[in-house]
Amino acid sequence: MSQPFRVLPRLDDSNRHYWTGGEHGELRILRCDACRTWIHPPAPICPSCRGRALTPEPTSGLGELHTFTVNHQPWYPGLEPPYTIGVVALPEQEGLRITAGIIGIEPGDVRIGLAVRVVFEQYDDVWLPFFEPADG
Amino acid sequence: MGRQRIDALVSGVGQSDVGRRLHRPPLDLTIDACLAAIADAGLRIEDIDGLATYPGGIDMPPGFSGVGVSDVQEVLRLELDWFTGGMELPGQLGSVVNAVLAVSAGLCKHVLCFRTVTEGSAQGGGGRSAVMPGSGGGGRGGSGVRMGSFMQWSLPYGAPSAANWIATMATRHFHEFGTTEAQLGAIAVNGRRNAALNAKAVYRDPMTIDDYLASRVISSPLRLFDCDAPCDGSTAVIVSAPETAVDLRTAAPRVESVGTAIHGRPSWDQWDDLTTMALRDASAQLFAASDLTPADVDVAELYDGFSFIALCWLEALGFCGRGEGGAFIEGGANIAREGVLPLNTHGGQLSGGRLHGYGFLHEACIQLWGEGGDRQLPTQPEVAVAGAGGGPLAASLLLTRS
Ligand SMILES: [Zn+2]
Repeated sequence: MSQPFRVLPRLDDSNRHYWTGGEHGELRILRCDACRTWIHPPAPICPSCRGRALTPEPTSGLGELHTFTVNHQPWYPGLEPPYTIGVVALPEQEGLRITAGIIGIEPGDVRIGLAVRVVFEQYDDVWLPFFEPADG
Repeated sequence: MGRQRIDALVSGVGQSDVGRRLHRPPLDLTIDACLAAIADAGLRIEDIDGLATYPGGIDMPPGFSGVGVSDVQEVLRLELDWFTGGMELPGQLGSVVNAVLAVSAGLCKHVLCFRTVTEGSAQGGGGRSAVMPGSGGGGRGGSGVRMGSFMQWSLPYGAPSAANWIATMATRHFHEFGTTEAQLGAIAVNGRRNAALNAKAVYRDPMTIDDYLASRVISSPLRLFDCDAPCDGSTAVIVSAPETAVDLRTAAPRVESVGTAIHGRPSWDQWDDLTTMALRDASAQLFAASDLTPADVDVAELYDGFSFIALCWLEALGFCGRGEGGAFIEGGANIAREGVLPLNTHGGQLSGGRLHGYGFLHEACIQLWGEGGDRQLPTQPEVAVAGAGGGPLAASLLLTRS
């Protein structure tokens, strides 16, 4: 079965850890060596202590759905609606969030607060993080 | 926060024809709007010594602008003492705020500000999907194109549109405060009712809340009628120094204060509180710099690129409490022409057309002048607020009748 159409991220030294961690089954987020603050999107400086030594680290891969939308509009040929786009809060840090597709659940059943876990789908050299219900 | 050291008038406004698809060059439309505004102010072309625009001469996505400062300077042969054009601003009206600052600082006396869109024609028959980043129609190529910038975080998941990003905020607002689809629909129904009185509005047929609820979902909870209507048109306003008042056609609205603040992270999904937006900070700044209060405002012209943004503006500006926007707009009585706070008296962008921010300031000034014709409010407004932008973009102006 062919994959749906996806606009893929352009990989560079700042984002490669995020978009390729899935090759190792890991959701990797940049973290400050000094004060341990998680940083997303990636940045060249820690927003908390302004430290410059930052290293990607794997998260638990767990999350809670902070908010979402079910998209019904066919934006791209080859990507059939409806599908769910979520903003997932990661338990590692208050306010640490990522936007990702929500799969493995009917769009009509998605609710804020849903416990989710990361899964990856590979497209070329990119492993896109998606989230599915954690109890699934 | 004390009063702002600003001193400026909005001396004239003008607008080109507005339509879903006019098939006219954007510069041609722009000149129509600019000449109308100059005439409205009672000025001559040679009086214009400043130019300001948003977003400048880019044309991506297609129809988004296509006219820059230098285009207008060239064709009108203006002698400029100051100019600005670009999109890294607090929203579309950030360009007008720049003009207010320039006039207040004495750099120039009459700034012609304009905003032009031809998004209706640019979309052709393909609808919005024809101009989405990463699609074949947008000039950025199709499959195989890689996305950098902030768009990389949402595009892989099929969320290329602000409709998707704003929808996630609306979902959160619904969740925290119990806001409902039927409440939100009042923004669209109110706009359509007001558009019936505006000959330039692109959608003027009657719409009921049932029509709204029957419209298709674009990105839940936002429906088709929660999304503004791409159109062609240009809007111009002239910001003038107060000492020029004797040269003007009529008493001009005065800029009481402006709001441009953004204290949270400049992001659609990393913003600290997704039930509000940058307009929260721009609104707080607006009233902190004035002795006027929300209760003094007689008419509000607030950005409804998506209906939910207007709801957020209402809350942020203090016309109702935080989270109370749904109850405030429910049924539409409060925001109707006859209500406590007439909202988007020209139809907004939902029914008036997506003139992208400038339409709200244009209408606020029309109402303060008392020149709204069929749509002029029955009780002459003395204080108006215009706010534009959503997500990390927002600027607002508080205006008083001279
Ligand atoms: Zn740190």
